[in-house]
Amino acid sequence: MRNNGSGQPSEPGRAAVRVDGLRVVRPAGHRRPGIEVLRGIDATVPRGQVVGLLGPSGSGKTTLMRTVVGVQQITAGTVEVLDRPAGEESLRRRVGYVTQSPSVYADLSVVENLRYFARLVAVGEDDVARSLAEVDLTALAGRRVSTLSGGEASRVSLAVALLASPELLVLDEPTVGLDPVLRRDLWDLFGRLAAGGTTLLVSSHVMDEAQRCDRLLLLREGHLLADSTLADLLARTGASHVEAAFLHLVEGR
Amino acid sequence: MSPRLTLATAERVLRQVRHDPRTIGLLVGLPCLVLWLIAWMFEGTPVLDQFGPLLLGLFPLVVMFLVTSVATLRERQSGTLERLMTLPVGRGDIVIGYALAFGALAVLQALVLTGFAVLVLGMEVAGALWVVVLVAVLDGLLGTALGLAASAAARTEFQAVQMMPLIIFPQLVTAGLMMPRDQMPTVLEVISRAMPLTYGLEALQDLAAGAGLHDVRGAVTAVALFIVGALMLGTATLRRSTR
Ligand SMILES: Nc1ncnc2c1ncn2[C@@H]1O[C@H](COP(=O)(O)OP(=O)(O)OP(=O)(O)O)[C@@H](O)[C@H]1O
Ligand SMILES: [Mg+2]
Repeated sequence: MRNNGSGQPSEPGRAAVRVDGLRVVRPAGHRRPGIEVLRGIDATVPRGQVVGLLGPSGSGKTTLMRTVVGVQQITAGTVEVLDRPAGEESLRRRVGYVTQSPSVYADLSVVENLRYFARLVAVGEDDVARSLAEVDLTALAGRRVSTLSGGEASRVSLAVALLASPELLVLDEPTVGLDPVLRRDLWDLFGRLAAGGTTLLVSSHVMDEAQRCDRLLLLREGHLLADSTLADLLARTGASHVEAAFLHLVEGR
Repeated sequence: MSPRLTLATAERVLRQVRHDPRTIGLLVGLPCLVLWLIAWMFEGTPVLDQFGPLLLGLFPLVVMFLVTSVATLRERQSGTLERLMTLPVGRGDIVIGYALAFGALAVLQALVLTGFAVLVLGMEVAGALWVVVLVAVLDGLLGTALGLAASAAARTEFQAVQMMPLIIFPQLVTAGLMMPRDQMPTVLEVISRAMPLTYGLEALQDLAAGAGLHDVRGAVTAVALFIVGALMLGTATLRRSTR
């Protein structure tokens, strides 16, 4: 079992996501060689935990998440999700993905969006109502998405991912643009979901949000700097907060 | 693929169109306007009777191709296509769902357009009118199928936009509108034979000259086969994962 930094290795079979030697080269443009966006990542996401994927802009967070949900072609390495190869058909009902910008139909109302996706994942009207309530959007159900604020639209996108009550939720910067109250409410929701057994992989470039995570993956320029708990990370680096720990790891390389 | 998912997608696409009056205007209003301008310009000549049926097949193809390309382009840009690719829905459900929704619109468009040309503008068709409507619907479906195939093959939004002139213009040039096919250089005639629009317009030309279904069944079958082929191509080239 691999052990990045000071985090405890998770027991086999209990990992929701297992990433091994993952490399991704994305095309840089016409007739130019690709850029290596992920440069050999080994990481695990234990089941039932909230794992924060932190790193500066361009570090490869979105690319890593796309490999987990199976829409990103992999150059080398393996990604295993719920003990199956990432992207396998059987996983599509068990994994929920929320992209960085809200991926819902702007010209449909909130509830029309949810009803369409509910039909795709074969759940009913009660799950539509539950998802809306979970992101606190019940009052806006009839509104056209194009008339919502950015934060409201991103919560519609999150509600879609909650419809099928997936075992693994992959959320790309779900709290960007939200006010502190909503941000706290969402992190409370993530905590409740994890307590109910859901695994969450949540990316953020707000280092403060590390406090709400059970474990952290620190990413920089396609390298994984750490895969551990916040406490272990702070102890290892002697830093007082994540930001300082991050700087310590970057400069200590 | 499953009928449940295909129908859910078709219904969703129709809902989106219903919320967008400009698309409906483009589908129905614009072709009516152009037909009316032509009827007015050539008043007192047989031009409308000769070329009207051709336009009833040409407009659906171009307009449906554009509307389909734009709709799927938006699906890509908004990230909803990427989301769909992570959900338990087949690529065929998405492609056929779109085809069903726009097929329904093609029926509406063909009926309104033909009705307008015949009842309001007084266009007289020598051949079977209902076959004109049938070919117009098929041409609309062909436009949708080509639009789906083009945008599925496109890797980026920009490529999807570039496909529009690339696919439509050569067909217009070689379809026999500008010059009868038997007067074309051999190479162009062969190319013309490989283009789906050629068959739609051929059928309409014959219908304008008095033909019935029996006379144009070959051309109608060719258009139908092109539709099926384009839809299969669209399903096969749509990628779940990208680089
Ligand atoms: N479609 C693409 N084609 C080529 N390169 C890309 C593409 N998308 C992203 N990249 C490159 O891959 C690298 C990582 O991008 P990624 O989107 O994964 O970063 P990120 O950590 O999610 O950043 P952010 O916090 O800004 O969302 C960047 O250098 C970016 O330029
Ligand atoms: Mg990102």
